[in-house]
Amino acid sequence: MQTNFTPEQLRDPEIAVANQILRTCVHCGFCTATCPTFVLLGDELDSPRGRIYLIKDMLESGRPASEEVVRHVDRCLSCLACMTTCPSGVDYMHLVDHARAHIEETYRRPWHDRALRALLARVLPRPRLFRAALIAARLARPLRFLLAGKGVLARRLAAMLAMAPARLPAPSPIERPRAHPAAGPRRQRVALLAGCAQQVLDPEINAATIRLLTRLGVEVVVAKGAGCCGALTHHMGKHDDAMEAARANIAAWSHEIEAGGLDAVIINASGCGTTVKDYGFMFRGEPEPWRARAARIAAIALDISEFLTRIGYRPTREPPGLTLAYHAACSLQHGQQITGEPKALLRAAGFTVAEPAEGHLCCGSAGTYNLMQPDIATRLRTRKLANIVATGADLIAAGNIGCLTQLASDTLPVVHTVQLLDWMAGGPEPAAVTKARAPRLAH
Amino acid sequence: MIDLPAPNPATLAARERIVAGLRALLPESGVIAEALRLKPYEADGLSAYRQVPLAVVLPETTEQVASVLRFCHENGVRVVPRGAGTSLSGGALPLADAVVVGLMRMNRILAIDYADRLAVVEPGVTNIGITEAVRGAGFFYAPDPSSQLACMIGGNVNMNSGGAHCLKYGVTANNLLGLKIVTIDGEIIEIGGAHLDAAGYDWLGILTGSEGQLAIVTEVTVRILRGPEGARAMLVAFRGNEIAGACVDAIITSGIIPVALEFMDRPAIHACEAFAHAGYPLDAEAMLIIEVEGSIAEQDDLLARIGAICRRFDPISLRISQSAEESAAIWKGRKGAFGAIGRISPDYLCMDGTIPTGRLPEVLRRIGEMSESYGLKVANIFHAGDGNLHPLIMFDANDPESFHRAEAFGADILKLCVEVGGCLTGEHGVGVEKRDLMTVQFNSVELDQQRRIKTAFDPDWLLNTAKVFPLTAALAPAVPHAA
Ligand code: SF4
Ligand code: SF4
Repeated sequence: MQTNFTPEQLRDPEIAVANQILRTCVHCGFCTATCPTFVLLGDELDSPRGRIYLIKDMLESGRPASEEVVRHVDRCLSCLACMTTCPSGVDYMHLVDHARAHIEETYRRPWHDRALRALLARVLPRPRLFRAALIAARLARPLRFLLAGKGVLARRLAAMLAMAPARLPAPSPIERPRAHPAAGPRRQRVALLAGCAQQVLDPEINAATIRLLTRLGVEVVVAKGAGCCGALTHHMGKHDDAMEAARANIAAWSHEIEAGGLDAVIINASGCGTTVKDYGFMFRGEPEPWRARAARIAAIALDISEFLTRIGYRPTREPPGLTLAYHAACSLQHGQQITGEPKALLRAAGFTVAEPAEGHLCCGSAGTYNLMQPDIATRLRTRKLANIVATGADLIAAGNIGCLTQLASDTLPVVHTVQLLDWMAGGPEPAAVTKARAPRLAH
Repeated sequence: MIDLPAPNPATLAARERIVAGLRALLPESGVIAEALRLKPYEADGLSAYRQVPLAVVLPETTEQVASVLRFCHENGVRVVPRGAGTSLSGGALPLADAVVVGLMRMNRILAIDYADRLAVVEPGVTNIGITEAVRGAGFFYAPDPSSQLACMIGGNVNMNSGGAHCLKYGVTANNLLGLKIVTIDGEIIEIGGAHLDAAGYDWLGILTGSEGQLAIVTEVTVRILRGPEGARAMLVAFRGNEIAGACVDAIITSGIIPVALEFMDRPAIHACEAFAHAGYPLDAEAMLIIEVEGSIAEQDDLLARIGAICRRFDPISLRISQSAEESAAIWKGRKGAFGAIGRISPDYLCMDGTIPTGRLPEVLRRIGEMSESYGLKVANIFHAGDGNLHPLIMFDANDPESFHRAEAFGADILKLCVEVGGCLTGEHGVGVEKRDLMTVQFNSVELDQQRRIKTAFDPDWLLNTAKVFPLTAALAPAVPHAA
């Protein structure tokens, strides 16, 4: 597609990258078909191609972001379905990242928007604060009626209160920095991204990962100084915060590489995985040693399902006779193009795996999206759950904490893929499985 | 840049009043009128041609479409209908004084009747969306344009779209049973219905392929078919374009009709392989995708017979797909082919002409020669079985001179198609792209006849004007109804 940047603008390396991306787009419109917001809203402006056009116009003009552009870019889930679909290989992810940073720099949001974003950016990446906030939100639940208003703010706050789980798991010591030794002879040594929000919402995911890996002969290190991957702030366009978080992780894992060597950095929340794998790009303009370090970390970052496929996984228990609806997290299927591995592992573990219709569509979680855009997120959730229920599965398996939280309902229990794999290889039965089996036992 | 008619100053002056009038007819999010938000609507799949419209409306019901058209008609405002905006001929290119009527929100499947083998859908349902809705019951909707993932059935009707499998199943017109349309004065009319061939004039025939110039389609009844027992694709690699072209002709003249017979040359093979990872032969100069269907025994028999013909043309390799996944990847590459060219060139013009298959080798050779003399690369991807060519001329839109050369090159290709006894358009429609070449194919008497039909439906020429007919003819006062 034609672009209209001046030679001057193109001297800015960021604009040069954006220009390259824009020129790859041939305006064919294929991507519109699989974009959740276009499917729901039926407006070119809420499609990938429309957003690319809006972003192109914004960057070419050199103007500050306008309310109109912000409205449509904010509605983008960053699910990256458009990238899976695009035959031309348009790098929408880095284009929209750039646009978000431009928006953050040049656009002044209404006060409540700014306040909410600042709050989320501060609280979510910090497990202790997040925990405290969830408890506060739970206590505030009875006051929900005060939020009967129809305003954006009221609906967002209501969404936040609704998201706070009724029961919060006790904090777990599992994420404290230390090395978990391999059971038996050590085959590999890996670092586990212990994450931020996930460890508060469901510490069992990390626990299951560590149990399973150590049992398979892998030493698992939770590195000192590593924390949030930076995705949460990155997607809000808060570039500096994201870089700071990423830098802390890169430092911590680089230290581990020097100290004892690392075969991989394992991520069990795919939303984070997409970002860690992008560290090389994020640090492309940073001085050494950061650039090289970031590239090295990105190169060894693996989703847990990729790593298990690589080292080999075998169950030790008999098939449980359960049917799973496998929910493909966008960050796995689109962000990292991992589609076959999780299903193959679950099948190898002895489960029957059903694939819901419209598997390519996002569930609406998308990081903080369900809090910022509750209306669209709720419609996507309803649609996703209907497709899942139609499979007749006993429970839902997914590889990303955001989706698990979003899809939690009274209808079907949700569980992380790795917990199921750990169970079938000798670990404890996940609570979700117990729940899924309960009504059947009662019959 | 293509010539567009000068906007009507009265319409431009009345902009605010018109927008206010439209707002009174539609929900808030259904009217777009801010300059910044109009920009992404300035082009469709042919992005070399651009024009920001006066306003965009997104109706959700037939009644809303009718009220918008009535309003535009009363106020003398031009209207440009739009579906997914995937047209490669600029069929949805706006005009500065026109209201774009986007039908993307009308995306419901209204009824499916397996006993009578039909589906009733709104125009904004995607082509593949129909097949997806009936696949579970073993049915499919046959016409399959390459953009079937995204393109919408309303646009398919207006362009009479074809696709890889129309070699066996025919184009849109052959799979259409009924339409609900809204005329420019806001009247809602139903045509055809649950059975083939309605009484009276063949209105469906006139409306199919009318490129949005006669009415706006708001409901479509299509024939759905029971899927074949099975299907298998074969990839055959050749040492040259002309050799592959000769092989196509040999297959067709042998009397065997595969369900699809597709051609790709070297640049296309490489770009598509990078996208689909289908195992295309990267050492080939040209490749045919040949698909057959039926029982396993039928497939084996057809593949053996076609394989024997191909072997006469000294193929480099011949590979039969071994699984459903492999076939899916093969078709993913072919269907994404145009977009995939974006990997090797920032821009392209996609031509769409038809020729008798016997002339394929000669036409391919001459396109190759033109490519050299114009100094522009070309990728050939097309429905070889029915001689429907899609040469993609690669250029750089940031270099206007290369665009002009591409336009001239394209015109030469289409003239060549007509010269060898073919036609200007196979399935993409005339749009704005081939508008000025219509005189190569039709004389003025023929064009006048076609204009009379347009005038009968739309006396003031408000619907999708500046397309299909050469600009001078399109904007002259309408010819008298009877000669
Ligand atoms: S990332 Fe998802 S929501 Fe955003 S434009 Fe792409 S497909 Fe649409
Ligand atoms: S599919 Fe790719 S090339 Fe086509 S419009 Fe979308 S981003 Fe552009």
